[in-house]
Amino acid sequence: MTIGLGHYLTVAAILFTIGIFGIFLNRKNVIIILMSIELMLLAVNINLVAFSSFLNDMVGQVFALFVLTVAAAEAAIGLAILVTYFRNRDTIAVEDIKMMKG
Amino acid sequence: MTFAAMFFYLFATLAIGSAIMVIFARNPVHSVLFLILTFVNASGLFVLLGAEFLAMILLVVYVGAVAVLFLFVVMMLDIDVAKMREGFLNYMPIGMAVGALLLAEMVLVYGSWTIAPEAMKLIVSPIPTGDVTNTEALGLLIYTKYIYFFQAAGMVLLVAMIGAIVLTLRHKPNVKRQNIADQVARNPKTAIEIKDVKPGQGL
Repeated sequence: MTIGLGHYLTVAAILFTIGIFGIFLNRKNVIIILMSIELMLLAVNINLVAFSSFLNDMVGQVFALFVLTVAAAEAAIGLAILVTYFRNRDTIAVEDIKMMKG
Repeated sequence: MTFAAMFFYLFATLAIGSAIMVIFARNPVHSVLFLILTFVNASGLFVLLGAEFLAMILLVVYVGAVAVLFLFVVMMLDIDVAKMREGFLNYMPIGMAVGALLLAEMVLVYGSWTIAPEAMKLIVSPIPTGDVTNTEALGLLIYTKYIYFFQAAGMVLLVAMIGAIVLTLRHKPNVKRQNIADQVARNPKTAIEIKDVKPGQGL
């Protein structure tokens, strides 16, 4: 049994679904939500690389590289916002993030 | 079952299992550690796909930088873990429903989908064969054809870096800091004060 494109796409689909599920499940914990977003971006990257490999096109990997860059930037900014938010409010509960000021 | 297939199943199972543990772990620190395990296994999948450079970048960037950043933040913030778990089970049904819906949609798409024969003609830059390594092939592309995108990615990272520093930097009021402008502007007039002390008297 050879491993085809479908196998990789299935893994990516399951990872993406787990990411969505994690966002719904951990509604109070912003850190886990950020990690779930990272999982979803990873699933997208697996899709891109799988298509790149099976269609024999290098551009998929180039795009995955850029997705990786944006994901890293997003994680850094998200965590920085989280730290400032925690300093101001002493909590990271999502429900309390209703007003941007004070 | 071939060797590669065995490794595929190993990496895939471990990646999915640890991804599930990321969202179910009680302790956020454990979540971060499972996230690292997920990324390590995903990079194994990348190696199987022949994208060695991306696999190593995934290890360096994610395991080395992003996951450690998460770990720092989790340990820096003093979070009440038990309080965070309140209502965990309340959200389970709707989460399950949305997740199942999404998975069903994707299964339907994958089930009824084939690659069009014309798609093979649309390949922009084929993966080079022969002696060219994956890293070299990627470099041949991003430094020539995609140089503007590459520069833009660098700008994104720069903006993210400056943004993160601006957001988290804070000046405490009671901390003495070096003020270079004040030091440079110092001259004998402001630095020395001459007092005429009379003999036999103190100041």
